[in-house]
This record gives sequence, C-alpha cells and structure tokens, in this order.
Amino acid sequence: MTHSFAEMSARERLAAVVDAGSFHEWLPPSERVTSPHLAQLGVPAAFDDGVAIGRAAVGGRTVFVAAQEGGFMGGGVGEVHGAKLVGLLRRALRDRPDAVLVLAESGGVRLHEANAGLIAVSEVMRALLDVRAAGIATVMLIGGANGCFGGMGIVARCADTVVMSDIARHAMSGPEVIESAHGAGEFDSRDRALVWRTTGGKHRWLCGDCDVLVDDDADAFRAAAITALDAHRPMTLEELQQESALLQARADADGDNADAFVLWSRLGVPDARAVPDLDADALRPRRPASVAALAHGGA
Amino acid sequence: MAGMETLNFAFDGGRALAPFAPALVGVVASGNLEVLVEPSADTGCRIDVDTSARGFGPVWEAVLRDFHERHGVAGLRVAIHDMGATPAVVSLRLDQAIAAIAGAAP
Repeated sequence: MTHSFAEMSARERLAAVVDAGSFHEWLPPSERVTSPHLAQLGVPAAFDDGVAIGRAAVGGRTVFVAAQEGGFMGGGVGEVHGAKLVGLLRRALRDRPDAVLVLAESGGVRLHEANAGLIAVSEVMRALLDVRAAGIATVMLIGGANGCFGGMGIVARCADTVVMSDIARHAMSGPEVIESAHGAGEFDSRDRALVWRTTGGKHRWLCGDCDVLVDDDADAFRAAAITALDAHRPMTLEELQQESALLQARADADGDNADAFVLWSRLGVPDARAVPDLDADALRPRRPASVAALAHGGA
Repeated sequence: MAGMETLNFAFDGGRALAPFAPALVGVVASGNLEVLVEPSADTGCRIDVDTSARGFGPVWEAVLRDFHERHGVAGLRVAIHDMGATPAVVSLRLDQAIAAIAGAAP
C-alpha cells in the first residue's frame, strides 16, 4: 500500500521519512515559539510557526531534519519559521550530522511578515550553502500539495540533491502570481495541465533542476533520502560551470518561450506529448542524455 | 488582536490522566485547527482558544463541554489555534489529541 506524501501533514511526512521514533524535536510546539507578527494582524499563530525541526536517524544514520507545513499560511517563511531553519543549519555546521533534510512545502516568504520574512529566507540560503560547503549532504524533499515556490524555490536549488514526486511543483513565481502580473494570456493558472508541465516534478527532472524523480509515496521519498545521504556534491568551479552549461542549453532550446512540450522535444525527450501520462518509472528512460550527463543523479 | 477572539474555559471533575508528553494534532489552516495538549498540575481541564472566527463563544462552550463530558479527563491544559473549523472538526481533533497522548509515554 502506498501512502501519498502530498496528502500528509508536515509532521506525518517527517515521521514517515525518518527511522521510526527517532525524531527529537527542537523548539517543539510546547515551547510556543510563535510569530510575533501574526497576532497584530489578527491571524492565529501556529505553535511551531509552520515548521518542525530536529535531529533524527535515517537508515541508522544521524541527520538534521526540517518539515514545512503547507497548510499553515501556505508554508510561508516568517521570521520565526526562517530562524528555526537557520538555527538547524548552523547547528549542523557545529555537530556535523551525515545530512540535513528539508521536507519543503512553501509558497516562499510569508507576506504578512514582509521584510522579516525576506531576510529570513536569504539567511536560510546562506546557511544552507555554508552547510553544503562544509561537506555535509543537503537534501530537499519536495512533495507537498502546495509545492515549493518563491524564496524556498531558490533555497531548494542551493542543495546537493532535489527529490520531487511527479505531482510536486517547484518554481520561483507561482502560477497565480504570474497570471496576476502578466495576464492569463501569458500563463493561465487555472489550466492545471499547463501548470504541472511547467512547474511539475517531471518537467523539473527532465530539465535537470530535480535530481531524483519518485512516485507520490512516503516510502519512495524515504528511499530517495537514504540514497541522497551519500550524494554530496562539492561546490567547485567545475560544478558551477556544469550548472551554467545546463542552463545555457535550456535557454538555447527555449529561446522563444515555447510550451514545455516543445522544450522537451528540443531537449531530446522522445514522444514528448506522452510525458504527462507516464508515471515516474516509465518516464525514467526518457531523460535527455544531454541533461543526464550534466545533471546530478544521472539517468 | 483585532480580528481574532480569545476564549478561556475551565472544567472541573474527571479522572486525572497518567503523566504524558505534550502532543500536537491538526494544522492551523482554513477550516481546520491545531490542538496542543499538555499535562497540568491543576486538577481540572483548562482550555484556551484563539480563533479567527469571532462571535462563536456559546458554540465553543457547548463543544468543549461535550468533549469534557465524553472523556472526563483532568490534569491537562488544552490550547487551540483555530481558523474557522466547524464544531464537528473541533470535536474530532480533540478526540485525536486524547488518542495521541494515550499512545505516547513521556
């Protein structure tokens, strides 16, 4: 039996990914470290400010882990939420776990907290890059129904490994944001097929933004997390040049802002029109060789 | 606190719970709520509610009194953050919270 990762709460996901009973939470709900801003706006706070952080074991190895709750404010990163992530990452620099896992589900900066949230997200990016530079594997597990957008979308791409399900989404601006700014002619946020083939896990994986594509299943995410514990990528000049080459190849293939179907074809995906109907296993052999050669995670 | 309402209830009587670790169930999301249950030195059952839906004090009173009568528990403190959950959802979350502490030793 499969358990939909997307349908789970953050705490359920966390419990499903780590070894049973191994999670030790820091700043648990009973500590009541809540947002100082939301009450002023008349919005109920969450006891954990929408993120659980702590230490756990995965496959018997020590990891630090964070899980964002998309149900609370869309997983938005407020001041406290961001500080918890930063604190976790900085502690990882001191204690050197085998990896830091982030079960990301976020619309980005929590707009209620504006500048505090923006600063928090930039601090998360810096802290994550410090952890990665220290040789500790950093892993983003993206599988929540709200996707991973905005500042957290950038944070995700700072990590060693990005794992996504086919129904997960990852991008900078969300569909509604793009439509609001540029109109439905540019991007129709109600066209779900369009939204998923532009931001969804398959697209990200075919393009090389996502390293590992899994089914929407908690066990599949756990298995991918265990593998990723050893998938550290030193951030060298060569690594950055490879990344740049991958992005350049995509920009060349997408010079006219073509639909994802066209982009996939140009990247060398056979029978691109069939992609939305394929599950992860069926799609795996179709990753373009050019992307597989450069992207982490290979084919 | 404009826009939000804070309600406080206390119910007497009931059996004291065995020691338990605090438990959190639910999520602060539209039509949903989170419930934090913690042990308390008090003999009764104290329930504090922060809710985004103003003006439903009598309904909360009825739902929480029903909860206390059904479970008859004492020696605990319940804190609720609500975003417009219906009474049925509130009752289910409270039941879930009691189940969570029953299954978890400190």
